[in-house]
Amino acid sequence: MFKRLTPPDAPMQKTVIVYFNGRQVTAQDGDTIAAALLAAGVEACRTTPVSGSQRGPYCMMGVCFECLVEVDDVPNVQGCQVHVKDGMQIRSQHGARRLG
Amino acid sequence: MTTHDLVILGSGPAGMAAAAAAVAHGITAVVVDEQPAPGGQIYRSIETTPIKERRILGNDYWCGEELVDGLDDPRIDYRPGTTLWQLTRQLEVGLLQGDQASMVRARHVILAHGAMERPFPVPGWTLPGVMTAGSGQIMLKSGGLVPSAPVVLAGCGPLLLLLAVQYLRAGVPIAALLDTSSPGQYRDALPLMPGALRNIRTLLKGVGLLAELRRAGVKHVRHVTALEAEGENRLERVRWRCGNDPEWHSLTTPLLLLHQGVVPNTQVTRALDCTHDWDERQLSWRPRTDTWLATDVEGVSVAGDAGGIVGAKASAFQGRLAGLGAAIALGRVNEDQIRAEVKRLRRELKRETAIRPFLDTLYQPAAQWRLPEDNTVVCRCEEVTAGEVRNMAKQGCRGPNQTKSFTRCGMGPCQGRMCGLTVSELLADANGQSVSETGYYRLRPPFKPITLGQLATAAEDISR
Repeated sequence: MFKRLTPPDAPMQKTVIVYFNGRQVTAQDGDTIAAALLAAGVEACRTTPVSGSQRGPYCMMGVCFECLVEVDDVPNVQGCQVHVKDGMQIRSQHGARRLG
Repeated sequence: MTTHDLVILGSGPAGMAAAAAAVAHGITAVVVDEQPAPGGQIYRSIETTPIKERRILGNDYWCGEELVDGLDDPRIDYRPGTTLWQLTRQLEVGLLQGDQASMVRARHVILAHGAMERPFPVPGWTLPGVMTAGSGQIMLKSGGLVPSAPVVLAGCGPLLLLLAVQYLRAGVPIAALLDTSSPGQYRDALPLMPGALRNIRTLLKGVGLLAELRRAGVKHVRHVTALEAEGENRLERVRWRCGNDPEWHSLTTPLLLLHQGVVPNTQVTRALDCTHDWDERQLSWRPRTDTWLATDVEGVSVAGDAGGIVGAKASAFQGRLAGLGAAIALGRVNEDQIRAEVKRLRRELKRETAIRPFLDTLYQPAAQWRLPEDNTVVCRCEEVTAGEVRNMAKQGCRGPNQTKSFTRCGMGPCQGRMCGLTVSELLADANGQSVSETGYYRLRPPFKPITLGQLATAAEDISR
């Protein structure tokens, strides 16, 4: 859905490796989780608690809460507000978040 | 509990200008922002954007550099990556940085947390692949990320046109720009043109954007009156109708970016129970403020788009005024000493905002975009449709807090941010009462998710 523009004068960005549902995703340092997933072709990152329908990032500014994912076993993380870190384990959130 | 003179929420144009004005009068300002870098959404990633070719994002983006440089002042305690989860009427401020929560006390608070995009509920807007124009621009600015296939842009407003032009300049193909404004709006806006001429610079910029799109041959579809996103589990097609023509048109696309203007984000001012007024022209709520941008909650001011949409330049003027107002309230300066500066700021603010009635009328979303058909989802979190809200009105619900109790509409993780305006307007329409009478959700902290473990660190912090 999204690709990276790499203008000739852009400085080389550091690469960060994260995992989405166990799959390796190469991101750029400074990417939010949601941006990194979109750039890697991930469209849906969760299913809703009510109907189980697929959802993906929508507003990218912390308002809509559609990009909720589990990050290193912590549920309900807003993917658009947290930056990628090497080795981060990201999992899609199915239905309601786990408690505890 | 630590006490600070001034806590400013948000480091966009209003927040940065407020900080600069206040510290000039000997106040130490704490500026908190959820984002990792200053600039707000308008100047987002200005220090780090990979888009270095200046003409792509344009001068209005790069002029934010001066304000951002101003944050680098020892008297400003700038705290990026910090979330506000609580603010009380006693000015106790709950902050979260990483996993560390804290409570501090403020003598004065300036809320400069800006705007959000107006909810644009159309059939299929919850499908992955349907996003907002703002999200497209955020990804462009912060990561140099652009649509990998021809994109469909739909809606109306200056941001939509700006994004289209920025994509063009970056060489990104646009499948179509579906314009939802109606011919009647041009007619209604025309008499307001003399006011707009007082801000001719902004007016000409808008004309320039349209000309740039036309020259590039972008498929610009006007007077769109119905719009639907379709697909199994993800967006596959966009369908639309124009004017009174019953014929549907469609385009296959993996990405639809929606935009129907921006509205103040009122989560915090609502939770504080500031008095809000319904703005008939902007069709949104705004906290009531005085000439110093002070709300009716003692010690709390609102500057910039959080208090009603004024745009980036006017937001900075308001920020300065609010910063000076804080300095007066804290007894650091006498109103007489800054009279000339205040007069100049108010004059510039007036000139800058003279174009708003024209713009707000020209880009006012028509009723069908605000009051969707029965089967359209309005509350994305709890998947409540417009029909269910109307049905609740039939059963006697007069306001959104009642429909919330009966249907969970507005009770999901976004706390009503994405449905609040729609639900208030739907209930007002169904009950034949004004939006003011209908009211809005009663909001409560935490404003953002905070775990019990994180909350506990605030208690440790206070007991130390």
